[in-house]
Amino acid sequence: MVIVYGVVTALLGAGVFFTLVGSIGLLRFPDFYTRLHATGKCDTLGGGLVILGAMIYHLFQYSGTLLVIAKLAFLVFFIFIANPTATHAIMKAAYKAGVEPWCLGEERR
Amino acid sequence: MITLFWATALFILLGMLLCLYRAVAGPGVFNRVAAVNVIGTKTTVLLVVMGYYFERPYFFDIALLYAMINFIGTLVFAKYLERGELWS
Amino acid sequence: MKLGERAFGILLSFGIMAAFWILLSGIFDAFHLISGLVCCSIVSIISHDLLVKGKSEKKLLKSLRLLIYIPWELWQIVLANIDVAYRVLHPKMPIDPVIIEFETTLRGEFSLVTLANSITLTPGTITILVEPARGKFLVHAIAKEPAEALLVDQTMQKKVAHVFMET
Repeated sequence: MVIVYGVVTALLGAGVFFTLVGSIGLLRFPDFYTRLHATGKCDTLGGGLVILGAMIYHLFQYSGTLLVIAKLAFLVFFIFIANPTATHAIMKAAYKAGVEPWCLGEERR
Repeated sequence: MITLFWATALFILLGMLLCLYRAVAGPGVFNRVAAVNVIGTKTTVLLVVMGYYFERPYFFDIALLYAMINFIGTLVFAKYLERGELWS
Repeated sequence: MKLGERAFGILLSFGIMAAFWILLSGIFDAFHLISGLVCCSIVSIISHDLLVKGKSEKKLLKSLRLLIYIPWELWQIVLANIDVAYRVLHPKMPIDPVIIEFETTLRGEFSLVTLANSITLTPGTITILVEPARGKFLVHAIAKEPAEALLVDQTMQKKVAHVFMET
């Protein structure tokens, strides 16, 4: 039982770490396109790891009902497909509307 | 074990507050739309964690629904900002 | 559309929707199951060609190869996030954004979508534009090394072409 608690703690901790790194990247990067790099990758994996940890906790604590675990697995799959698609859609809209990309040496926007 | 979920929810809330600065002060509309999309994704994760903290299994359905609504909302915003209109 | 393909499309979309109904409700008495079957059959007869498009050969082999491709992609996602975390938390923030453009030989819809999703989830690159007629991709890279890995090595294009058998 202690092993399961350790695995769940590790997964939840890693997920929260990646989520916070994504938010810090949103504040720190100098341009719109680079900020989408930070959030589009880190937020997806962070959320996926937190939900995965919750799934393993459910499997061992509540003598796993299969339906809830299937629902959470579908939620992880949906986040992995939907987040990069939304990132790509808004990046395409910004590129077509004429937002200039940032090069090394310019000032922050 | 329940305090672990409480701490996770607190850190996710901290991440949301950091994103709120970019939603308010981002120069232009695209930064704000990206920040709102990130807050929506973090909301679905927070709903799942709260479902385990309060021991209510119906929060997972709400999380699934809100993930879909957030995705569709961001796509509609991007389509409008690209073309200047929704229907041509 | 021929009758065989139409029946296959109706049955496949009916099966997917029935699976979703059972997944989301979780109640197995007669009233819910029968109302679920009625709703799924009406929806799948009216709009089955939105979900299952056209014809394609060897669907089973493509699905199996897709299942083998997914663990490699998950490993690339983890590598991508460690790379982004390094660039965010470094005090000097080593980024050098550049926009590159390349062409592929893939032409099918699903394979182009898979390649665009994989480019967005791998270290350092995000897809901006896809032109389906000539297979042209416009990609924004955050530094020089991931851009070189995408242009010169072309491992990802080869893997996706292997999964969909070069459509």
